[in-house]
Amino acid sequence: MTPLSRRQMAWRAAQDLAEGQYVNLGIGLPTMVCDFVPPGREVVFHAENGILGMGPAPEPGKGDKDLINAGKGLTTLLPGGTFFHHNDAFLMIRGGHIDVSIMGAYEVSERGDLANWATGSDKLAPGVGGAMDLAAGAREVWALMEHNAKDGAPRIRKSCVLPLTAGGCVKRVYTNLAVLDITRDGVVVREMIDGLDLAGLQRLTEPKLVLANDWKKLEVPAL
Amino acid sequence: MIDKRVEGFAAALAGLRDGDTVLCGGFGSIGEAFELIEAIIGLDVRDLTVVCNNAGSGLVGVAALLKAGRARKLICSYPRSTDPQVIDELYARRALELEIVPQGTLSERMRAAGAGIGGFFTRAGADTDLAQGKETRTINGALHVLEQPLPGDFALIRAHRADRWGNLVYRKAARNFNPVMAMAGKVTVAQVSEIVELGSLDPEAIATPGIFVDRVVVV
Repeated sequence: MTPLSRRQMAWRAAQDLAEGQYVNLGIGLPTMVCDFVPPGREVVFHAENGILGMGPAPEPGKGDKDLINAGKGLTTLLPGGTFFHHNDAFLMIRGGHIDVSIMGAYEVSERGDLANWATGSDKLAPGVGGAMDLAAGAREVWALMEHNAKDGAPRIRKSCVLPLTAGGCVKRVYTNLAVLDITRDGVVVREMIDGLDLAGLQRLTEPKLVLANDWKKLEVPAL
Repeated sequence: MIDKRVEGFAAALAGLRDGDTVLCGGFGSIGEAFELIEAIIGLDVRDLTVVCNNAGSGLVGVAALLKAGRARKLICSYPRSTDPQVIDELYARRALELEIVPQGTLSERMRAAGAGIGGFFTRAGADTDLAQGKETRTINGALHVLEQPLPGDFALIRAHRADRWGNLVYRKAARNFNPVMAMAGKVTVAQVSEIVELGSLDPEAIATPGIFVDRVVVV
């Protein structure tokens, strides 16, 4: 079996964004989702630093220093895009105006608890940024993350070990191995990569998994 | 004649005292008034509480001020931005008190201060470690945490253009925290690239009306 690359993970999440949705992308891997929305589907990307209608990264050497995304990388503005100040940016987030927030995560629990702000390290200062506002205010939160930590530890857990960003907020998880829904009936496997079966995925996941009746192979293009 | 233009940083920062709270605009290094903030280092002022989304980048602006040891405390949402060498060193020595605030809460606390609102309840962080010691309340079935207004003795902000009344326009995403900090500062100083004739800024495009601005300095 071949786990998805990071670009393939971003591609997979992008396919589920619907026409007309307002979407906030977290820093790191989720930022790449912007590059893989199917052509012809209009999705409006929101950046916490005061942008709606954010486009892809500029060509090298072509960016404007005053036009950056939440990860402080250069970005672009699409026709129809707007700038506004921080209060309006977060009013949109907390007020339920953002349809989908896609964030990276350290851990997600079977109840949809999200841990993505503090690693517990005492060497580096923790930082929360907009994660708690997004987790509390976006209509849906999707987590985009590697299925397991570098040491193999499961990151989908019965309960999060790391400090919470918010309880019960994650609805869907996209990993390099599977697409999973967090439901009242448990963690439901919607898609798995070729060569992996439920028992194999279960060994890499802490809470008990439920296989959806209509589960599919997780298929992505070479990117 | 109203004229908020000042010459030089000494005039721009006049009245800044030990122990003051200083709101510093910017997100990452975009929209940060580097030169104005660094000018504090030349003054005999200490024990500042600095409020900024990040802890500065590299060795300029807020990072330079922190490195010079002028701040006792930093209130921010995400200290480690681009090139966090200064905050990493200060954190390792535990040489700076750090208050981490969810980004929207940070912004709204300053709005509350500027708007005369005595705090507000938000769901952000209500069920997390960041709500420890704060009053919580269930509103419409959801847990909320009470957050306090965050006023500044000074707000040091950056804009693109100003007129002598202190009306401000910004460039693209360099607007970020600057308008809300302008509202929350007792003394708001705007560092701008250019001052234009009164009446030549498009009234529809002025993002910060001059009522929120006390001094304007061109850099």
